[in-house]
Amino acid sequence: MKSTFGKTNIMYLPALALFLVFVVYPFVEGIRIAFTNWNGFSQHFKYVGLTNFSVLLGDRNVRTALLNTLLYGFGSTLLQQALGLAYALLLNQKFKGRTIGRTITYLPVLISAVIMGYMWYFVLQYDGALNDVITLFGGKKVLWLSRGGTAIALIIAVNTLQYLGISMIIYLAGLQNIPEMYYEAAHLDGARTWRRFAGITLPLLYPAILTSVTINLIGGLKLFDVIRALTGGGPGYATHSLATLLNATYFGSQRAGYAAAVGILLFCTIFVFTIITQGVSRRGEIQY
Amino acid sequence: MKAARSAWKIGATALISAVAVFPIYITIVVSLKPQTDLSSFWVPPAVPFFPNFEGAFTIGRLATAFMNTAIVTACSIVLVVILSAMAAYPLARHRSRLNTAVTTFILSILMVPGLSLLVPLYVLLVHIRGISTYWGIVLIHVTFNLPLTIFLYLNFIRAIPRDFDEAALIDGSSAYAVFYRIILPLLRPVTVSVIILAGVAVWNDYQFSLYFLQAPGMRVLTLAISSFFAVSGGNTHMAAAAAVMAIVPITVLYVALQKYFVQGVLDSALK
Repeated sequence: MKSTFGKTNIMYLPALALFLVFVVYPFVEGIRIAFTNWNGFSQHFKYVGLTNFSVLLGDRNVRTALLNTLLYGFGSTLLQQALGLAYALLLNQKFKGRTIGRTITYLPVLISAVIMGYMWYFVLQYDGALNDVITLFGGKKVLWLSRGGTAIALIIAVNTLQYLGISMIIYLAGLQNIPEMYYEAAHLDGARTWRRFAGITLPLLYPAILTSVTINLIGGLKLFDVIRALTGGGPGYATHSLATLLNATYFGSQRAGYAAAVGILLFCTIFVFTIITQGVSRRGEIQY
Repeated sequence: MKAARSAWKIGATALISAVAVFPIYITIVVSLKPQTDLSSFWVPPAVPFFPNFEGAFTIGRLATAFMNTAIVTACSIVLVVILSAMAAYPLARHRSRLNTAVTTFILSILMVPGLSLLVPLYVLLVHIRGISTYWGIVLIHVTFNLPLTIFLYLNFIRAIPRDFDEAALIDGSSAYAVFYRIILPLLRPVTVSVIILAGVAVWNDYQFSLYFLQAPGMRVLTLAISSFFAVSGGNTHMAAAAAVMAIVPITVLYVALQKYFVQGVLDSALK
């Protein structure tokens, strides 16, 4: 019987061919380019060894971008878990309007992040909706996106709100999978709300938490569209993530070799955290 | 007592929903006012002003952008469905050391963000003359969507009892005929999820399109919208109108097919 299916292996060859041409080959090529001083179009370039990587380590803009990437990744992930779980707990109860609430909150997930970013720009711009509220209460208009720290916080907030629906849906599905009898048993034992949450809900949500954290974390570490729409990486280099910096280095400064090195840094950052979350989830599976 | 309790729940839900989508409301208000209207973005116009939409459509060449986006999305979806269903079948049915290695390889591709390969990918596409072509961007989209969709099919096929295949094999069908006649018809539910996941990803894509579709005539929607905002001193009200038009198709589809969209995200998350 085995050999009957064995010959069907050729059916995955087209997919493998695409992976080889558009992932594996560029991956290797990227490492080669990162060892050169190529500008992206010239015929002439030199191999410069590890120069790009040593410059990278001392580059203030790269350090800012790396730090920002982690802020975007972990900031949005934390907020999304806290809000997403709280919201899912709310929507898991029976009341009028919960279906509509779920529908509306999930809508932004399906809208292009760059368009959603521009929509938020109407809220955050100097003559925008947020400053209208502030002046209504007698306050002074604020240039929301002109300071690095505030802009980073706002980018995290915008990203969190857009993708809140993902964690909410995952947690809601997780909550609905918890058998009602556990709660009934706990109720008979006289366990209070908090005890029931910490003793039943949280442990049983463990797989959902890991899934949601992984999706949100990787999405946050790759953040690109929202930054492009709201700040373009500015003021200066203050809000760049590695992804937007890579783009600016390649197309803006035409330093292809250096940009390839930034790409490797971006890959390594995401790779490390993916491995960590997967390691954690394996350990968790053994516990159960 | 009971009414009061559900009142705060309704209130909280309304607040969260409102915060998540009020930028869309603001954008709609802006799109319905002329640029000369300096009133607050919160206040809807007494008389809606529609020329923004006409202007956005002609100046932004949105018709071309809609068509390009539709072509790229449709081609990508078709290829993703065919290639991933095909690839998953032997991986699910023929367990061998080679196929375990192939499966692991595909899983590891899932961890490579396309953007980190920007420089070499761009060089490769220039080299094979794929910049600003439909086939170039489609192949890139297909490649980076395939790992996830192959896994969706893989898990789904694994859950189909092997008795089905074996009955057909005993009747003299080939392994390919089993795929075509037995497996394929059963794949409908997961295919819906695959279409939605890949379709939304490609329709909304900005980062790949930004690099690989540079000719103005090849612009997709996200690029057309961002070009409105990139021009300083441009007409922001027209830009708002363009943004509103761009999100209409996906919003309508979502409201109509909500159940499937939610199932799609759950399928991809709980793989």
